[in-house]
Amino acid sequence: MSSPEVYQLAIGTPITCHAFNKDRTQLAVSPNSNDVEIYQKGRTGQWELLHTLAKHDRMVTGIDWAPNTNRLVTCSQDRNAYVWDWDGKKWEPNLCLLRINRAATFVQWSPKEDKFAVASGARLISVCYFEQENNWWVSKHIKKPIRSTITSIAWHPDNMLLAAGSTDMKARVFSAYIKGVDSPRTYPLWGEKLPFNTLCGEFGSEGGGWVHSVGFSPSGDSVAWVSHDSTLSIAHGRDSVPVEVPTGGLPLVSMIWTSETSIVAVGHDCTPFLFALRGQQWEVIGKLDQGQKKAAASSSAFKMFQQMDSRAQQQNNEVELNTTHQNTITCVRAYAGSPDHVTKFSTSGVDGKLVIWDLLSSGMAGLSI
Amino acid sequence: MPGVTTDSRSFCSQSNTLRPYLAAVRSTMTASLCLTNFSSQVVERHNKPEIEARATPEVLLNPVLISRNESERVLIEPSINSVRVSIAIKQADEIERVLCHKFTRFLMMRAENFYVLRRVPMSGYDISFLVTHVHAETMYKHKLVDFLIQFMEDVDREISEMKLSLNARARIVAESFLQQF
Repeated sequence: MSSPEVYQLAIGTPITCHAFNKDRTQLAVSPNSNDVEIYQKGRTGQWELLHTLAKHDRMVTGIDWAPNTNRLVTCSQDRNAYVWDWDGKKWEPNLCLLRINRAATFVQWSPKEDKFAVASGARLISVCYFEQENNWWVSKHIKKPIRSTITSIAWHPDNMLLAAGSTDMKARVFSAYIKGVDSPRTYPLWGEKLPFNTLCGEFGSEGGGWVHSVGFSPSGDSVAWVSHDSTLSIAHGRDSVPVEVPTGGLPLVSMIWTSETSIVAVGHDCTPFLFALRGQQWEVIGKLDQGQKKAAASSSAFKMFQQMDSRAQQQNNEVELNTTHQNTITCVRAYAGSPDHVTKFSTSGVDGKLVIWDLLSSGMAGLSI
Repeated sequence: MPGVTTDSRSFCSQSNTLRPYLAAVRSTMTASLCLTNFSSQVVERHNKPEIEARATPEVLLNPVLISRNESERVLIEPSINSVRVSIAIKQADEIERVLCHKFTRFLMMRAENFYVLRRVPMSGYDISFLVTHVHAETMYKHKLVDFLIQFMEDVDREISEMKLSLNARARIVAESFLQQF
């Protein structure tokens, strides 16, 4: 098992989110502040700070880098989103008219990169597209039947449907069809007539937790989400009954599909979990970070039992966890491979670390597909 | 003068009930400290602890009350971006009540030095902590839990020690006063 690549980008500050460019030579991160930092991979293999994009005036909550058009989109708690164009010398910001009056929480480019969606605390989703005659990014709102903050969104690979997770304990699939941008089409699993804002599926879990992250499978037939009741749920089409997979640990926060039959999810347990479809059953395959066992400290048995007795403490009194990430992992993204066969993925977390994991060597060994 | 016999429980009998109590508090705290940055959806450009604001019912979780006996209990109120932990400290008699009041007041007047301490306790409790997502971001989460457990352990011992020394001092004062006659 090869060890993951670890980069300590920030010390003492969390990394809210991160995004790579197409050839993975540059990296945009939000260090829990108003700025977006662009890093370039230097000769030594370390990330060197190249630009700081300072335009937002509250914390940046989402970044996405369109691989083909090489555009960045960022959103922030100041209710704005900017599209950044690289003009050869510097990043040029363009404000988007989101028309929201609460914090923006998440942003993602559509697969064709002609639209993006911004989730917000105003209980709506702004679907933005470029209007040629005004030379401006304008938006349309998906409002009903959302009843709370949207925490995350994900695009269908066909550029038309949108999945959204919300703190009203529901994951939903909407149509984000925009006249003039998309050509109408139908989906056998999600519905026939799909004008903008059609609800194509609404799913909740039995336990009922805030949905932290959603994702469409590479084929677009299934949608998966992770929620605060420590489960991963998968639904196959609008009328299906969701399958729930409990992890038995702390809640998961972010997830990606690594193939049509496997999912990687990260969260408060500070380690990535691998889920896979075995036969007809979704299962937890295991933690991808087994953790290194530290050399046992020379504490006496007496001390150990005393601690167990008086403080209900099972382990010895060490500051560091034995996982690679030392705090909650908040963001996971595919790093290498195609959408239906991700070979490497990257994670970033509250401990300020960016880690690139090799899925093939660390996880797939235990997985026989 | 109340004797010291009221607090002569041995270490063993104390830890027998203390251990499951602290274990329950520890696992509840670990689960409820899964916090995220959550901007207010009621007031524009605000980002407040939801457990204090109470403006958005869907982001509040059910509070958990863990009791060791009728006088010692912990109330843990989790929400999406903050957790409020209120502790009722054992007060067996008048002296303990006075000592506990003075001690918690001393701490709460210096609340900013403790980061997670609340300036005013919840009603019915002696001391309250408010842990927000900022604390969970800047500190190790498991160490925060350790700190609260350590505090719960130490505060009992501190108050019993103060009571013992108070009694001892009262005895000395009384003796030296009565020597005059």
